Amino acid sequence: MAHPYMPNSTPETKATMMRAVGVSDVDELFEQIPADHLAAKPLALAAGVKSEAVVDRTLRRLLRRDTGCAENLNFLGAGCWQHYVPAVCDEIAGRSEFLTPVWGTPSSDHGRNQAWFEFTSQLGELVGMEFVGLPVYSWGAAAGHAIRMAARLTGRREVLVPDTIDPERLAVIRTYCGAGELGDPIAVITVPHDPATGRVDLAALTAAISDSTAAVYLETPTYLGVIEADAAAVAALARRHGAETIVGVDPISLGVLLPPSEYGADIVVGTTQPLGVHLNAGGGVGGFIATRDEERYAREYPTLQVSLCDTRVPGERAFGMTLFHQTSYGSREDGNDWTGNSVYLWAVVNAVYLALMGPRGFAEIGETILAGSAHAARRIAEVPGVAVRWTSGFFKEFVVDFTGTGKTVAEINETLRSRGIFGGKDLSADFPDLGQSALYCVTEIHTEDDITALVGALTEAVSA
Amino acid sequence: MNLRRYHAAVWDEPLIMEQGAPGRRGSVPPAPIEATTDLVPAGMRRVVPPALPEVAEPDVLRHYLHLSQQTMGMVGISLFGTCTMKYNPRVNERLAAEIADVHPHQDDSTVQGLLEIVHEFDLVLRELSGMDRFVFQAGGGAAAAYLHACVTRAYHESRGELARRTEIITTSQAHPCNPATAAAAGFDVITLPVEEDGYPSVAALRAAVSDRTAALMVNNPDDMGIYNPHIKEWVDIVHEAGGLCFYDHANFNGVMSRIRAAELGFDACMFMLHKTFGVPKGGGGPAVGAYGCTAALEPFLPGPLVERTEDGYVRRENPGGIGRVREFLGNVPQVVKAYSWVLAMGADGIREAADLSVLANNYMEQRLLAIPGVTKSFDHLTGRRLEMTRFSLGTYTAETGVTAVDVQNRMTDFGVDAFWLSHEPWIVPEPFTPEAGETWSIEDVDYWIDVLEHVLAEGRSDPETVRTAPHNQVVAQIDGSSLDDPARWATTWRAYQRKNAR
Repeated sequence: MAHPYMPNSTPETKATMMRAVGVSDVDELFEQIPADHLAAKPLALAAGVKSEAVVDRTLRRLLRRDTGCAENLNFLGAGCWQHYVPAVCDEIAGRSEFLTPVWGTPSSDHGRNQAWFEFTSQLGELVGMEFVGLPVYSWGAAAGHAIRMAARLTGRREVLVPDTIDPERLAVIRTYCGAGELGDPIAVITVPHDPATGRVDLAALTAAISDSTAAVYLETPTYLGVIEADAAAVAALARRHGAETIVGVDPISLGVLLPPSEYGADIVVGTTQPLGVHLNAGGGVGGFIATRDEERYAREYPTLQVSLCDTRVPGERAFGMTLFHQTSYGSREDGNDWTGNSVYLWAVVNAVYLALMGPRGFAEIGETILAGSAHAARRIAEVPGVAVRWTSGFFKEFVVDFTGTGKTVAEINETLRSRGIFGGKDLSADFPDLGQSALYCVTEIHTEDDITALVGALTEAVSA
Repeated sequence: MNLRRYHAAVWDEPLIMEQGAPGRRGSVPPAPIEATTDLVPAGMRRVVPPALPEVAEPDVLRHYLHLSQQTMGMVGISLFGTCTMKYNPRVNERLAAEIADVHPHQDDSTVQGLLEIVHEFDLVLRELSGMDRFVFQAGGGAAAAYLHACVTRAYHESRGELARRTEIITTSQAHPCNPATAAAAGFDVITLPVEEDGYPSVAALRAAVSDRTAALMVNNPDDMGIYNPHIKEWVDIVHEAGGLCFYDHANFNGVMSRIRAAELGFDACMFMLHKTFGVPKGGGGPAVGAYGCTAALEPFLPGPLVERTEDGYVRRENPGGIGRVREFLGNVPQVVKAYSWVLAMGADGIREAADLSVLANNYMEQRLLAIPGVTKSFDHLTGRRLEMTRFSLGTYTAETGVTAVDVQNRMTDFGVDAFWLSHEPWIVPEPFTPEAGETWSIEDVDYWIDVLEHVLAEGRSDPETVRTAPHNQVVAQIDGSSLDDPARWATTWRAYQRKNAR
């Protein structure tokens, strides 16, 4: 029987092609491969299942065992955040023209190139930068590339990062910065935070920065949710030492928070996942790099970029690749870092989300998240033995300290889970100084009833 | 031949930033739980709203539908070589949507089905390659190559040899991501040129290998469809010198079920789920470069690793490994899709797909070489090519002045997606590289060839039409003169407006 995915798998078509090629056995076509290279034994895999209904049932049987954030009340964030995804985002993400292609010409893939340009243009408005690359794999990848850009720009090999950084993201950054005695690795130096505020400790940063510092990498809000109120002072300090200021942001905050360009950022990086992309078990992450439109920065991008340009027809617009030669596609090992497949489909989805939200949507969602997370923090802090580490000046996420309950976060979360609630990310292993703490995430999807349910379950959990 | 009448959709679609009107809304977030005083620290509140468009929901939908219609992709016929353009079963999109709302930090107990799929797919790739463990964290083939460079770094560091082992050897026919990621990881790159037989000689490899060799990174077959029959000897030579061998399996489609990387001696390999395993490309991701290695390299893999235990499936860290090459487990929806594809294909379907893809390529080759002006790279080699062949329009261009890019542009006027030319460096002039794969019907393959034949004939009778193509596309041929000019390039609308202000 022919396979539904393979139109040429009928005996007649195969015979036609074999006749044309002049072989009587397909094995003849593999004559280049020496016999002693061939697989020692046939594939020990089951025979194919040609019925889609059976494939569907088999996979669904496995996946239906799982439970996620649609069925449970979720307070996990920590690098991947549950925001509402408008239906139009899913509709466009599923369009075959965007879902399946590789690269066409600028004329035949004009629509997709325009969608990419609308992604970079709208993201540029949010972060306040005029030069924006096409996306990279993740926030960590974006930060890693940006730090390498800064190292090339300054000829220096040290970067200062806050010690409140997401350990997952820091691990990616370290991978990008090199290791051991090979080549010329970039030293990643963590700078302590002020325990009173959660913000970077300016005195410690001042002590750590030197003429060897390529960049200061700052995040706002931080991994622990804190808004870096001293961001301008940090950028000024970096500038005095000839270092670049790289700021990592969650763009969904930028309807209410100042764009990094306005407090001195040279390179802005961050996540794209909150902009209309589902959690996807971590498969929704994406990152971006943005700078001022200055040649000095533009020439260090490792990414591909689309640029609005002309066509042979006067007045007609197209979108072409700019600075292609400096990528690894153009110059192999002489290019800037490397590029390849990334999360280009998500860039289209991000463009849709940005357009749907508009300036008012971003202002409103920012206010809703600020209010909801503040409300939740205040009420959680009323649970006996539970404290909120930094009670003001945060966005979306905040640290809840359970040390006073005598219970571990793992125990609390297990109880919550049995009540259909995913408690905050356990920080106790990664941030031992914070005791038995968890990072709670409250977004626009949470209602007052949700917070009431959480507080009720927490009250039971701490006394259980 | 009877070519279709085709014209791309033309909507003259303005930018979204040029649309809408003040006060219009596309998406309204829920109202705040409570009224608040200012929760933003002094000086950190945004003052000037972002200049985003104000567009109503139906208009946003229609705008992006128009843009999708103005994108040909695989709605046309796409035989884009080196990328294995194959059908992406839509049932897998529906299945992967089941995990859309799963958070990566959820407790393992809540995602046993997903972890089982990840583990089972790991076992599938082990069977296909002979490797001992796969990870799916790398977000594409280039990321997997970088992962290998980082594993190489960690491996030699663990042996106290990193200061000495500073060189990675590759070939001019390896994908650019191999030398680029090696260099980004801190290695010096040695690129062996292709020789008479279509690949670098054993002697050239021997001359390059030394006690400085950290690794070899190669593909096989290459993008010309040429298989290096000395690859086992290559691996032995590199191993004898103490280096690791990485098999970039980008071109796996034609050798599926016939070659196992570990049996050839390789220490590690990489499969692209968005090429070989039926996962959609998304125009360049989200993708997965599945990286597999032998037990000897397992200690250096990034975490988390998925394992089956008596208490179910778990994610565990890998102390001593390289940490992370990307956040979380990777693009796991793509792993779900690939696993589903393997179930549907099975051992027999995978074998048949390899057979059909090589058969279709050889079918194409005999028809293409009958067209005046089409030649084959290294045409003195008589062995039948595998799943793709690199051709050249060099003599045709010399005769007509019409280039491969011109031909590519003109072919899109007939509903045929752009063909692939060649990665850098070009080894033959005016290259083009089609790859039929197993999911394009013989009718579509014939139509593709008919279009090429028509365009090449047109280029002789009416070269101007081909040189100025396309004519039936969304927009005309681009004028790329501004692209690398700092005064004119514009990656954002704001930059464009500033640079073009009157």
